[in-house]
Amino acid sequence: MKKSRYGACLVGAFLLLTLDSGYRANGQERSAIGRVDTLPWPASFGLGRPATQAEIALLDIDIRPDGKGLPAGSGTATAGKAIFTLKCAACHGTDGGGGPGGTLVTSGAASGKRAEKTIGNYWPYATTVFDYIRRAMPFNQPGSLTNEEVYNLTAFLLNASHIINDKAVINAQTLPKVVMPAKNLFLPDDRRGGPEIR
Amino acid sequence: MKSTDNQVTNMPTPKKLSRRTLLGGAATAAVAVVQTSFAKAVQIGISGTSFPADDPTKRPGVPPGERGTRSLFEKAAKKPSDISSRTPLQDLYGMLTPSDLHFERHHNGVPAIDPAKHELLIHGMVEKPMVFNLADLKRFPSVSRIAFLECSGNFRTGKETLSPQDICGLTSQSEWTGVKLSTLFREVGVRPVATWFLAEGGDAAVMTRSIPIRKGWDDAIIAYAQNGEALRPEQGYPVRLFLPGWEGNTNVKWLRRLELSDQPYMTREETSKYTEPIKDTERGPGKFRQFSFDIDARSIITFPAYPNPVQPGWIEIRGLAWSGRGKVSRVDVSTDAGKSWHSATLQDPILDKAHTAFRYLWQWKGDETEIMSRVTDETGYIQPTIGQLLEARGPDMGGYHLNPITAWQIKRDGRVLHRPETWK
Ligand code: HEC
Repeated sequence: MKKSRYGACLVGAFLLLTLDSGYRANGQERSAIGRVDTLPWPASFGLGRPATQAEIALLDIDIRPDGKGLPAGSGTATAGKAIFTLKCAACHGTDGGGGPGGTLVTSGAASGKRAEKTIGNYWPYATTVFDYIRRAMPFNQPGSLTNEEVYNLTAFLLNASHIINDKAVINAQTLPKVVMPAKNLFLPDDRRGGPEIR
Repeated sequence: MKSTDNQVTNMPTPKKLSRRTLLGGAATAAVAVVQTSFAKAVQIGISGTSFPADDPTKRPGVPPGERGTRSLFEKAAKKPSDISSRTPLQDLYGMLTPSDLHFERHHNGVPAIDPAKHELLIHGMVEKPMVFNLADLKRFPSVSRIAFLECSGNFRTGKETLSPQDICGLTSQSEWTGVKLSTLFREVGVRPVATWFLAEGGDAAVMTRSIPIRKGWDDAIIAYAQNGEALRPEQGYPVRLFLPGWEGNTNVKWLRRLELSDQPYMTREETSKYTEPIKDTERGPGKFRQFSFDIDARSIITFPAYPNPVQPGWIEIRGLAWSGRGKVSRVDVSTDAGKSWHSATLQDPILDKAHTAFRYLWQWKGDETEIMSRVTDETGYIQPTIGQLLEARGPDMGGYHLNPITAWQIKRDGRVLHRPETWK
């Protein structure tokens, strides 16, 4: 892949690799040794424009597991239940128990070999609940919820999944601290090619 | 049925000619022509021993047009469900997928995006947060590569009447053109502390995936073109992330934002979805594999295959093989239900992380049998059976990253049927 940048450059792969690390380290072309048909790359092509803080803030809606990105506001299960009934239950069932949009809350313990995968038994981070609802739900009106509504809905789903109690207030400080039952279920990919089947 | 009036009047005529002059005697014959919605005309009803009345050599054809269309006789089509649409692998030739037959998978529909208003924001752990519009992206040094794209949920079985499209139609191949992500990383000055980046789409799902930064420096492409033209809307128009060899979902379409970070974001599509049960004997059962990016090697025979029957005689067995980890090294074909294997011919070019066409000439004498293919990639990985996958992953094995050897039963009457796998 690296050589395509150099067109019909005659140098070997090793030198190309070295040049490439040169780019990464200092953003500068190191030398033009072996270059026969292209000009050195400039430090910058001068394309694009600097992003403003305002436009970054508008688009930067993601929430990390450590809570980075969580907005101001807070929510509780009680307030969330009312919103859920109004805006979510049609597709996810009363209290999230299942519907055409899928099950969000598993009734009873998450036992059994192929228990339905839900927030309570399969989601490793509580922050994902906030992030996903805010960006993608309700399915027919994505992006229509206020931050306050999302906090309330998050609190409701965590409470319905028996992860927090019904008095808990969910906000930017408390949400990342919620420890999910599925926290330690996941392992990094161990497939690595070669003859072994994994 | 209409006459040929349209074509004739549309034709540039150097001097004033009557329609009768142009058509000659044919104008009075019963010319059988079907006007299609594309205003093209085709002959119908080829008859016996004399020239047919609609003989295309006896009258002018359709004049040049602005866009080509398929012959009306060609019926290849994608097969849509609520959430995806599958490529008709059994109807295609060679290694490239026509762009309009490329599979689709999206999480809340295809957005309509005006390229003049679309921008890509790159921010987070960078020296210079930047915004690039389409014109900017197209001015950067460009790159093209032919590579497959496969959804990691690309496997179906369970009944005999499944075609390659049904079983395996969530893989397609294109030539992708764009700017290397490393070029943009260099432009914004990615900080050494950054280890991951988030890719976000501008669709109704606002799709997000976390990608290790290594892939960004390695071979990731910010693609704006597919098979020589702008991306199709279903493939991410006007710009998408393309990660050669990695599971389809990570190749975020309608790309609007990249954020550099020192940790993954744990989005819903990398926790609740696109994770799969594994057998982990050391750390206890009930574990799940996460960030399983690479597509393992796979092959499938696309002819003979359901629903197309065969006749006894010489049959060129044809299919596709690919690996997300490199090039295809070899494909073996069995025509006796896996008892013996024979090396298939690979069609050049054999490209890195690309569908590679294979062929094997076989004389079918009319006996009932099963045929199947098995790919080996350049890492030495040999396509497993479903039994081997079950053995490795345990009985809870899910539907992601399944790449088993796929067998076709050839019945005595020439019917070709999928051999269903039982595992759930
Ligand atoms: C019109 C139907 C509909 C409505 C209304 C709806 N959803 Fe959904 N929801 C879906 C569908 C469909 C999916 C699956 C989307 C996918 O897989 O891409 C989904 C997925 C989800 C998921 C992820 C489930 C998982 O296990 O991965 C959550 C959480 C969720 N919805 C919460 C909500 C909340 C909260 C509301 C109310 C604000 C809501 N939904 C309203 C249809 C709906």
